[in-house]
Amino acid sequence: MSDELIWRIAGGSGDGIDSTSQNFAKALMRSGLDVFTHRHYPSRIRGGHTYVEIRAADHEVQSRGDGYNFLLSLGDSFARNPQEDAYYGNEEVKPLSENLDDLREGGIIVYDEGLISEEDVEAIDLHERAEENDWHVFPMDLRSLAREHGREVMRNTAGVGVTAALLEMDLEHIEDLMSDAMGGDVLEANLEILHEAYETINEEYEFEHELRAPTGSHETEQALLSGSNAIAYGAIDAGCRFIAGYPMTPWTDVFTILAQNFPDMGGVSEQVEDEIAAAALALGASHAGAKAMSGSSGGGFALMSEPLGLAEMTETPLVLVESMRAGPSTGMPTKPEQGDLEFVLYTSQGDSSRVVFAPGNIEEAYEQTRLAFEIAWDYQIPSIIIYDQKLSGENKNVDVEFFDREPEPDLGATLTEDELAEAAHDASGKFKRFNYADAENNVAPRSLPGQKGGRYLATGNEHSPVGHISEDPDNRVAQMTRRIEKLDSIREDLDEEHESNQTYFGDETAEYGIITWGSSQGAVREAVERLNENGHSVKGIGVSDMMPFPETEVTEFLQSVDEAMVVEMNATAQFRGLIQKELGRFGEKMTSLLKYNGNPFEPAEIVEGYEVNLADEDREPTAQVRIEPAAGD
Amino acid sequence: MSAFNAIGEEREIDRDEFTPGVEPQPTWCPGCGDFGVLKSLKQALPEVGKTPEEVLTVTGIGCSGKLNSYLDTYGFHTIHGRSLPVARAAKLANTDLEVIAAGGDGDGYGIGGNHFIHTARENHDMTYIVFNNEIFGLTKGQTSPTSPKGHKSKTQPSGSAKTPLRPLSLSLTAGASYVARTAAVNPNQAKEIIAEAIEHDGFAHVDFLTQCPTWNKDARQYVPYIDIQESDDYDHDVTDRREAAEMMHETEDVLNEGTVLTGRYYVDEDRPSYQAEKSAVGELPDQPLAERYFDDDAEWERSYDLLERHT
Ligand SMILES: Cc1ncc(C[n+]2csc(CCOP(=O)(O)OP(=O)(O)O)c2C)c(N)n1
Ligand code: SF4
Repeated sequence: MSDELIWRIAGGSGDGIDSTSQNFAKALMRSGLDVFTHRHYPSRIRGGHTYVEIRAADHEVQSRGDGYNFLLSLGDSFARNPQEDAYYGNEEVKPLSENLDDLREGGIIVYDEGLISEEDVEAIDLHERAEENDWHVFPMDLRSLAREHGREVMRNTAGVGVTAALLEMDLEHIEDLMSDAMGGDVLEANLEILHEAYETINEEYEFEHELRAPTGSHETEQALLSGSNAIAYGAIDAGCRFIAGYPMTPWTDVFTILAQNFPDMGGVSEQVEDEIAAAALALGASHAGAKAMSGSSGGGFALMSEPLGLAEMTETPLVLVESMRAGPSTGMPTKPEQGDLEFVLYTSQGDSSRVVFAPGNIEEAYEQTRLAFEIAWDYQIPSIIIYDQKLSGENKNVDVEFFDREPEPDLGATLTEDELAEAAHDASGKFKRFNYADAENNVAPRSLPGQKGGRYLATGNEHSPVGHISEDPDNRVAQMTRRIEKLDSIREDLDEEHESNQTYFGDETAEYGIITWGSSQGAVREAVERLNENGHSVKGIGVSDMMPFPETEVTEFLQSVDEAMVVEMNATAQFRGLIQKELGRFGEKMTSLLKYNGNPFEPAEIVEGYEVNLADEDREPTAQVRIEPAAGD
Repeated sequence: MSAFNAIGEEREIDRDEFTPGVEPQPTWCPGCGDFGVLKSLKQALPEVGKTPEEVLTVTGIGCSGKLNSYLDTYGFHTIHGRSLPVARAAKLANTDLEVIAAGGDGDGYGIGGNHFIHTARENHDMTYIVFNNEIFGLTKGQTSPTSPKGHKSKTQPSGSAKTPLRPLSLSLTAGASYVARTAAVNPNQAKEIIAEAIEHDGFAHVDFLTQCPTWNKDARQYVPYIDIQESDDYDHDVTDRREAAEMMHETEDVLNEGTVLTGRYYVDEDRPSYQAEKSAVGELPDQPLAERYFDDDAEWERSYDLLERHT
């Protein structure tokens, strides 16, 4: 038995790869394994080569693996359309040829003979390469098999049947999931195909490979969730019932999940004319008394900078999510990068302040979305959740119990009419909302339009305690200081009232440290585990609070190590820059490991980066990453 | 807390309630048409039976945007061109509010043009008043989307080469269900139209001609206007889209020649508001969202109940 299976299904976008892999991942989860999925797809609706990788193991998995050990290559059906040759090319073999580099020694290849011709296979030297790498190749006409019992698109099911046979898996969970998802003739046909494929492989082929599906068990019920699901669900449990948006990959996932669920839970969702409007709507709804959010990806977030600043100035709570993809401009729409950190921290004119959380995994995405709402409404400040295409689209099993908690539809620092009756008013009966002298924690509790005794003017101009536009210097200083110092109050609150948002891992006494943020955390965690198993002594921290910055925690971490490597997916070491800006030192202690080719880190790359960078091994790292020396090196 | 939206007991409301008792005094120039809008609103609001606390005025940026600084309602003075998205969301979140958005011609027809088109198209239940002085006031007299062709300003010193925008035709085409034009020089008509617009169930667009004596001394806004409803020459059916469209074209043509026609151009009482449409498809809850947070009996679904599909 093997301790991990990394199954890659490759084909054309639009060939049903996504749903097939989602179901197979669930089946593996139901069989008691931990699973993690990684999706690789081009910015195209039909055709173009795509793959999904499922890593399944009998132990916790936080990341994609290094390479993979099972390829199910379906052939790209859209590449076959002669009319579209000019556009798509005629490249059925690509799902096979393009995936071979990462296949581990001893791995298995199943390819669809019905779509990938023998000539093509010869042309890519598959058999020679298989021999060199001890790959086990199983050609099978999945297409004809699917056609015989149903329709051609069902060849995915045939592929899953073949997989199950080769790995000696039970079909039970797969059958269950199929009956959940479909019925009638379609279900019948799929089941027939599944069994036929399973049996054909068992009967006609010798198995010489060692790879088998790992076995495991879960003590509690598990759910397979993506980062986008986690953010959407965090918002629901925080009491968010208003969302406005404009589609942009990968933010669209969160938007879609909430739009689909809100009608049943009395929420309101609006698809609007652009991202300026989207954020302005969320702000308007929040002003009127709803817990509201909006979001986008880099390009759309750029448009939101106006409403974001307005939220700060009027002290209106607002949650925005920013799902990063590779930039600048439209960049690589379907590829992850952590390149918008500085943009999100500093977007807006003036001395602006906002709260920024960067969750590092699915559980943190849920947790920090709840927190983002809580802080935004308690402190009347915009909260931003920054994550990326990787976290957005990856799926992982999570303990169902983790979500078993009460919703918090609390509007935070908002007065009731009774409280308003007691509050300070001016001579015309206007509520002195910004009466800073009365405010605790630098927060000026608000009233909602419609409430008795709460009239005031919210304005994006500097304003007096009742909201009149004011350029009085003393008032300006008092209001500005209070708004900025809210960040200190929030830092205190986060330190005292909440468990640390930072994630620590590895050997506490280690001399070397790895610092990372956001979705790179998973690969770093795994690399640190591996390094420690190999006799190194390393520890790591995944930082989630970007603003206000966790000064004490990061300072202590850096003080406790001789050297540290900062790992992030961008070219300009933005997070390392932030640490230096916030802490004003440690420049000579920190090196960077950067990756920005559109693919997330694999743990091995970090292991290698560590060895070259901190353990001073005399070799070059792979071409896919870049090492940035410490200041003064 | 009691339901805070249940305001407005039966009582007489007078216009003074909408006037701030203390500072600030308007900073508008003497003779500015904006005073006319302020005055007509202060008269119209008590007439339609609104208390100051039931009303949310949302404004953009410009001289016009200061409207709610001088009006005692709940107010949100937003950013340039963005009053409409803020306003329509406030109405979606709390359908009990009377939402009035206002701003200038640069604000609403220029930078906010996209929002204007889409708010009209969706027919949100709200009133939108555009202070049309055919100029950018606050930034000192640059050409605006409604400035006449040939208009000279510091930014278009040789005279504008652009044909002015036709705001009435535009909002009719986009889908507004109430379109009117009035002028600061006629306070009585202005008050009536504004009251009607507020009571209208749908997007009510009022193009309000306001004079800017500081930067646009030649503007037609001073010219005595003709009320098309009162004039025998202009008998058109305000509920007929085609007749309204023709009337608007004529109005917009003659305005360029110096004749000011005002009045109600289009009134469609049958088209349901966006709020009604959204509610009909089940995407707008019956209880205003805002109220629900204060309702101790409100049910809050939790994500835990959605996990089944992921297990
Ligand atoms: C500011 C911004 N918002 C959103 C997007 C995402 N985006 C890219 S193409 C597109 C839709 C294009 O639609 P359409 O113009 O109808 O062209 P179609 O794809 O239908 O031919 C969107 C929303 C973007 N690139 N930039
Ligand atoms: S500049 Fe024009 S629009 Fe502005 S206040 Fe003066 S007169 Fe009115």
